[in-house]
This record gives sequence, C-alpha cells and structure tokens, in this order.
Amino acid sequence: MARRSAPEVNAGSMADIAFLLLIFFLVTTTIETDSGISRKLPEWQPEEQDPPIIKERNIFQVLVNANNQLLVEDEEMEIEELRQAAVEFLDNGGGTGDEACDFCQGAGDPDSSVNPTKAIISLVNNRGTEYGTYIAVQNELVAAYNQLRDREAQRLFGTSFTEMQARYDDSRTSEGAKETLKERIEVIKDMIPQKLSEAEPTS
Amino acid sequence: MSKFKKKKSEGQPAISTASLPDIVFMLLFFFMVVTVMRQNTLMVENKLPFADQTEKLDKKDLVMYIYAGKPSPRYQERFGREARIQLNDKFASVDEVQSFIFSERETKREELVPYLTTALKVDEETNMGLVSDIKQELRKAEALKINYTTKEGEALQNMQ
Repeated sequence: MARRSAPEVNAGSMADIAFLLLIFFLVTTTIETDSGISRKLPEWQPEEQDPPIIKERNIFQVLVNANNQLLVEDEEMEIEELRQAAVEFLDNGGGTGDEACDFCQGAGDPDSSVNPTKAIISLVNNRGTEYGTYIAVQNELVAAYNQLRDREAQRLFGTSFTEMQARYDDSRTSEGAKETLKERIEVIKDMIPQKLSEAEPTS
Repeated sequence: MSKFKKKKSEGQPAISTASLPDIVFMLLFFFMVVTVMRQNTLMVENKLPFADQTEKLDKKDLVMYIYAGKPSPRYQERFGREARIQLNDKFASVDEVQSFIFSERETKREELVPYLTTALKVDEETNMGLVSDIKQELRKAEALKINYTTKEGEALQNMQ
C-alpha cells in the first residue's frame, strides 16, 4: 500500500481540558496578603519590678471588662468616642518649662497629659474580654496616635505619616529616598512616641 | 460575474475558535503562578476581627502563624467547644508555643531570625485569657514582634 500520512490529532478538546484546569485554579486561588495591627511585646522580666513612678495626669486608663464594656478614666464610654478621647489626652499639652509641648493644640487641661512624650495609655482587659473587642480598642488607640502623627507630618513635611511609612516599606523606593524617609519617621516618632502599656489581664 | 455571486450566497463564515485554547492557557498559567496553596489546614473556627489601622505583612517566609479559636464543628466532639491553639496541623496547649517558636527558628537562616514575626490569627470570639497566655509564652521565647492579623474594615463591627 502507499504511504499514508499520519492522521492529525484532533485538538478540539484541548480547550475543554484547559478550561477544566483553569476553573480548578480559579477556585483554589486565594490572593491574600495578610495585614494586621503590628505590636512589639515587652521583654520578659522574671522578677517583679517596682513600676516607675508616673504622674497620674500622664496616664490614660482604659479598662475593658468581661462584658466588653469600656471604662475610660473612671467613666463609662462607648468605643466610638474612644479615639477622640485619646487624641484629646495625647494632644493636651498642659506642660510648662521643660515639659512644654510646642506643637500641641489641646486645651491644656491641668488634669491631663503634659506632653505626648510623657503620655502613657494603659490598657487593662479582663480574661473574659472578647478578642474582637480588644482589637477594636487597640485599633482606636493606634488610630489616635496615627491621627496626631499624620497632623504633625503634614505640618513639618507636607505628607502624612502613614504614607511615609508605606513608602518606606515599599521596595520600589530608592535607598536615598529611604534614608530621608527614615529620618523623618524617626522625628515624628520622637515627637509622639507610641506608649501603649498593657497590663496582665484581670480575672 | 458569476464567480462573485457564488461566494455571496454562502452566508457568513464561522468564527475561528482555534486561538481559544491559547487564551485559556494564558489564563491558566496566570492562575497557576499566582496560586498559593494553604500551608495549614484550619482546625479551628477563624473569623478574624476587623481593623483599619493595619500594616501589611510582606515577607511570607518570615512569618510564623499561630491560630486560635473554637475547634471546627467536626472536631468539636473530640476536643470540646472551648477555644484552643492550633500550631501547624494539630491542636496544642499553651506550653507548646515556646517549643514551636524554637523549632520554627531552627528552620530559618540565622541572620533572618531577628526579623521573624509571629502572626496571631485568632477568632474574634476567643477570650483574651487565652490570647494573653500566648503572649506571655511569646515573651518568654523572645519572639517579641507580633501581628494581630485582621480583616480590612471598620473596627466597630467587632462590637456587634
């Protein structure tokens, strides 16, 4: 018999197979970037140490009980008001002389903080507090710090603090730009340090 | 003249689908490259709380994950409904956290160890007691950089 050419393979079903695989990967894909609130834990200290003496006016006490209710500076408060209260406390600027705060815009209340560098927010929660509430409180307090830092960054450098941080973390930013960004971030962080102290939960 | 007339009467030619597989393959390769398979199978309920003041966790290889929450329905018979910790693929008790951190550190290059972050993926209904126990263990293990993994959204939604 004469030579027959090999029959061509029918590729019509290739699309079906590819579709099948495509749908599989479409379904399994989760494009997730984890994001969250970053914190730094204090170092472990084996012995009980005497707490440093801090003036009562420089402490902003936040208590959360097992029913997820807030007690801020001995007054009951809703979570919606927490951010504003924290900003007012940090931005009070009631100090004089060495402790004076030259950029604060607060009321200068003699019972509230003297300077953002001295102000400490103390957070105490109960063992029965729900994690969701705890995160909400943390979020509001971080937001209060960010709000002030943004304001100062805007005043000094014409850009917001959160944006500077985002650009600093961005790998596309050049090394030289990172240097100046880092310097500026440090300046803001020195002006308004995040002093958030967490005590052992009460039971 | 008759030649042209004949062609017109044939009607519209079918659209060629010969390039369809190419297009589909292109999409397929895209998704194959992008897909990250889940490292751990979740054995606990994990409804993360919302927050909007978040930072991104970039380097995935430098993150250690600790899950906590109520056991999923199919494990509830064996492990009860009390919130528990999950490390890798199994339930763990609080004192196993330290050894978990140490064994994770072993697998990383030495110069990267200071950059290791612990991501806490905790269900929003968990009590803080368990979370602070984990935090105490992390402090003892000197894994001080932590990140409370959250979903993007108004934090006030957590209170409802």
